Amino acid sequence: MLTILFDGIAYGMLLFILAVGLAVTMGLMNFINLAHGAFAMVGGYITVLLMQRMDVPFLVCLPLAFAGAALLGAVLERTLYRPLYRKPHLDQVLFSIGLVFMSVAAFDYFVGSTQQIVQLPAWLKGRTELGEGAWTLGMGHYRIFIIAVCAALTVLLQYILSRTRFGSRLRASVDDQRVAAGMGINVNVVFLSTFAFGSGLAGLGGALGAEVLGLDPTFPLKFMIYFLIVVAVGGTSSITGPLLAALLLGIADVAGKYYIPKMGAFIVYSLMIVILLWRPQGLFVRQGGKA
Amino acid sequence: MQAQQTLIRSNRFRPWEPVLWLAALAIPVLLPHYALIVNEIAIVALFAVSLDLVLGYAGIVSLGHAAFFGLGAYTAALFCKHVSPDPHLGLLVAIAASALLGLAASFTVLRGSDLTRLMVTLGVALILLELANKLDWLTGGTDGIQGLVFSPVLGLFEFELTGRVASYYSLGVLLILFFVARRLVNSPFGATLQAIRDNRLRAMAVGIPVHARLVSIYTVAGGMAGAAGALFTQTSGFASLDVFEFHRSADLMLMLVVGGTGWLYGGVVGAIVFKLMQDALSSITPQYWTFWLGLFLVVLVLVGRDRLFKPWTWIRRGR
Repeated sequence: MLTILFDGIAYGMLLFILAVGLAVTMGLMNFINLAHGAFAMVGGYITVLLMQRMDVPFLVCLPLAFAGAALLGAVLERTLYRPLYRKPHLDQVLFSIGLVFMSVAAFDYFVGSTQQIVQLPAWLKGRTELGEGAWTLGMGHYRIFIIAVCAALTVLLQYILSRTRFGSRLRASVDDQRVAAGMGINVNVVFLSTFAFGSGLAGLGGALGAEVLGLDPTFPLKFMIYFLIVVAVGGTSSITGPLLAALLLGIADVAGKYYIPKMGAFIVYSLMIVILLWRPQGLFVRQGGKA
Repeated sequence: MQAQQTLIRSNRFRPWEPVLWLAALAIPVLLPHYALIVNEIAIVALFAVSLDLVLGYAGIVSLGHAAFFGLGAYTAALFCKHVSPDPHLGLLVAIAASALLGLAASFTVLRGSDLTRLMVTLGVALILLELANKLDWLTGGTDGIQGLVFSPVLGLFEFELTGRVASYYSLGVLLILFFVARRLVNSPFGATLQAIRDNRLRAMAVGIPVHARLVSIYTVAGGMAGAAGALFTQTSGFASLDVFEFHRSADLMLMLVVGGTGWLYGGVVGAIVFKLMQDALSSITPQYWTFWLGLFLVVLVLVGRDRLFKPWTWIRRGR
């Protein structure tokens, strides 16, 4: 049972890293970006291809995945996304679905539709067992690694957001773009860097999650709903909301699949609908901010 | 008086409308080769008109309209398998079932932002997909329900391989439901829907029962999408998990946007363009045609629908 909880936490942390960029950009620009998973997939494929074809070590691949996805995010933000911020949500949805379709077909064409396998370094394989009987806690080393990396990133994000000048600019822009621009904050630069950073985090999440979630060209479609759940349930005004939502989702999903495999993802979707009916703006919303 | 006359005029039949329908009805006879694709177009057109009621007239962005389509398809399949092979009864039962789902689901789209609605509609479709997948004693799981044989349409016309009967059956149902929808959106009821879409707060302030209107239109649209699903099952003879898939809802939205939202013929035009484009593209690149579809979507949104389809506006004025 503890093992399930542990796996759920690892899964949730991973979802958080994947989705936090989406939460921030959605809160910042009120842009419904369904193509977020595509950036995660780019990160995943960078890692897999570098490791398979050039024997780059796993730990070197992770920053490269981050950088690659962030670069792509920055370029796309500047060229394609920016004209759409003021368009209706329907246009944004169509545009990002179009991007998803393109990325799925493109990776299918260039890499092939088979599932990619990540060769983990030896020190990340294996398991440690603690305790005994019903309270056995089996921890895969790779999952410990995921939790550690994600926790470090979460602390770092929280620090940037609450303690640095950039963080306060970002929060000001989220609360009210126009006033922020009037106070001399270059909102465009804040948008651009946030989008790039969020895409980079998604890429890193995709690289870390390639082994756990599986990586094939339909990745953005398969996990789109999970990212959106995290954002919709967690709300977009803080990073603790998405964090808690991601942990909840991760634990519910792992436990649901373990205890009632017949029901599959059914529980997660029903839970989401119930939560959204109860609190349409998300579970953890800060009062006072502009919606 | 003036306002009333403009309303009545907008309701009047245009001269090209009968021409379009007659042409559609003539194609299966004149070009028997195209009967199958006419059938497909009629089905997706009905599906698109149903989404138009929700999206174009009531302003609810839905990414899960396939839920109703799929429920209609499975209901028709199960009805044929267990109760009676009569297609008309099956169609009615499927419409009733998906209208009921529409009624139940409508309460989930009343509140919240666009994002919340998007998630909830998507969630309903995914739940049904998951149910159809897991309840394999009822739905056959991933195999779906196959080998259905329906009795002849109107007791006279047997479904055959060329698809001529199927296309007339689908076109007939489309024609009836289309004019029901046309009547609906041109009534005072339809006018209040558009008022809700344009400004919900103001609509509430002038005394329109917003929630009741949204519930009823969502129910009607659910029933129509269910009819499209039932036609799909009855003319193809099987129902599989594919009917609930996400890409079905996404393609549908694309069709509607190509044709134009808030205009019932938009769904029909979009369905024709989309199906012909899909046919052409998938014969060139069967596996990667979604890439071109995606590219088309991106260009469509970036350039803007009006400018993309009216090339004469490209040169005049820079902006």
